[in-house]
Amino acid sequence: MKELMLMKGNEAFAEAAIRVGADAYFGYPITPQSEVMEYLMAEKPYERTGMVVLQSESELGAINMVYGAAACGKRALTSSSSPGISLMQEGISYIAGSELPCLILNVVRGGPGLGTIQPSQSDYFQATKGGGHGDYRLIVLAPSSVQEMFDFVSLGFELAFKYRNPVMMLSDGVIGQMMEKVELSEQQPRLTNQQIDELYPWATTGKKPGKDRRIITSLELDPSKQEKHNLKLQEKYRKIEASEVRYETLQCEDAEYLLVAFGSSARICQKAMDLGRAKGIKVGLLRPITLYPFPYAIVEQLSNQVKGILVVELNAGQMIEDVRIGSHDRIKVKHYGRFGGMIPSPVEVLDALEKQIIGD
Amino acid sequence: MTQNFDIPEIRTPENLVYKKTSVLTDNVLHYCPGCGHGTTHRLIAEVIEEMGIQSEVIGVAPVGCSVLAYNYFDIDMQEAAHGRAPALATAIKRVYPEKFVFTYQGDGDLAAIGTNETLHACNRGENITIIFINNAIYGMTGGQMAPTTLPGMLTSTSPYGRDVQMMGNPLKITELLALLPGTYYVTRQAVHTAALVRRAKKAIRMAFENQKLNRGVSFVEVVSNCNSGWKLTPLQANKWLEENMLPFYPLGDLKVNGELVKKSE
Ligand SMILES: Cc1ncc(C[n+]2csc(CCOP(=O)(O)OP(=O)(O)O)c2C)c(N)n1
Repeated sequence: MKELMLMKGNEAFAEAAIRVGADAYFGYPITPQSEVMEYLMAEKPYERTGMVVLQSESELGAINMVYGAAACGKRALTSSSSPGISLMQEGISYIAGSELPCLILNVVRGGPGLGTIQPSQSDYFQATKGGGHGDYRLIVLAPSSVQEMFDFVSLGFELAFKYRNPVMMLSDGVIGQMMEKVELSEQQPRLTNQQIDELYPWATTGKKPGKDRRIITSLELDPSKQEKHNLKLQEKYRKIEASEVRYETLQCEDAEYLLVAFGSSARICQKAMDLGRAKGIKVGLLRPITLYPFPYAIVEQLSNQVKGILVVELNAGQMIEDVRIGSHDRIKVKHYGRFGGMIPSPVEVLDALEKQIIGD
Repeated sequence: MTQNFDIPEIRTPENLVYKKTSVLTDNVLHYCPGCGHGTTHRLIAEVIEEMGIQSEVIGVAPVGCSVLAYNYFDIDMQEAAHGRAPALATAIKRVYPEKFVFTYQGDGDLAAIGTNETLHACNRGENITIIFINNAIYGMTGGQMAPTTLPGMLTSTSPYGRDVQMMGNPLKITELLALLPGTYYVTRQAVHTAALVRRAKKAIRMAFENQKLNRGVSFVEVVSNCNSGWKLTPLQANKWLEENMLPFYPLGDLKVNGELVKKSE
């Protein structure tokens, strides 16, 4: 029996956290994602599964609580929106350096600064290029539906624990706030402390008699050892790049023009594509699902087929840099974006495609 | 070169009055000779051994001189970002309520950059132990002014003495924390004399035992020297501590069993 529910993206994320058997959520309210903690507190997951939910004193507190729980081998997650994610960057860098698994949701709003509470995709650089200090990478998943807000929680934890690496879901105010039908998965049990001990030999769970103590740290003062640690991280990122690229292509088989967009922009582009096709324009859509690792190979492949690419983002042009790398600048690659919380209509996008790519 | 000295074997069981606790590793301490960090490490390790909880403890190290504390304690430990130890400890205790969780923090870590995490963990009444080393200076970074630096005290960033008009007042964070409903035991100790070491150990023991009660934060401040940072010899530093630190940071319990201790005078 399928279990279907009409939910907001933020609520779907929260329900998924309970259902995948997460152990702890820590967060601090900020629009447009406050529903995540509100939903959790109302659902009492501490009664449903034993999951901890705690409202922290700040995002700095929240991300460091995630660090503490993750270092214990627990499935820990947090959510916030742009200004809060900026405040978390110190902790995210430590989590990446200490190689801890966790899930972070950014329901992006327009910036810079306090910006606006309206949707945006202007945190692409921060999420994919490393917003904190040091050479590190997050695995970045971009949901474009409420269903994916639900499904990527399970996928996110799977990847986080597979690679011992923080995973970020880069969503936005559109996906977080809109309501759609969601197919819910079954409740998974939380891992027992004994299972954690067996599965995660790195987790600090109390030193076992006769066994070595476990230390979670990102500190290594000896530069030769710190370099080795960095090389190990880089090796891990290469493995992630080789194995974890995810994307979706729509009507690309015969496409002469290509739209590239992620998250909510991809939803708008889908409609723009339909409008274009109705006018006889052979346009396809590439939707990167993992923003890191970025699907360079498919961009390269499609660049050999299409005449031009329009990258559509709710920002001033961020992902376009990766699209240009993928296309090796062999064809025309242009950007169309609205920002500061403005959202383009499908007609606007099609117009931009016709003017910037097809027109000249 | 080996030489045969005629030394009688004195390490016999009846002569053995003291040995290193097994909860400390054999790694050589990097602390300056005479520094209170090393002594306090030993006391914590002894308490863990005596309570028989080595396999039940998870510790959190700070950023500061004791950043490498995990090299010395033979227990599971996590390294926190500067000031964030109480946030880590909050989460550890909440996902493992049956474990003993403690943070070990300096004054810069606990009372400047981490004041928010400290205050809120204490106010929420997290069932953890916090050990707070107050040496009135930033030892690790080379002796800059700390939140607890005394008025008039010389540091590398208050080279003419701490001018409270310009630089603000020292923060008596322990007094502040004692007022919060979430703290259960708050005490100020020192470790520069043998008698005080014995007293501090009792306090640390109590701070760990309290976790069995689930009644909130147990907080032990250790007023410590920093002979390198203070630019004094270890003995001069201890004397300076007696004469300057203790009048400003008087020793004793501030809160016991959740009740503020009334001053006798
Ligand atoms: C975010 C951040 N800011 C500054 C530093 C530099 N720093 C390292 S230790 C320290 C002060 C430590 O002083 P304290 O907590 O009093 O401990 P002590 O070294 O005296 O034991 C500072 C400022 C840092 N590591 N991280």
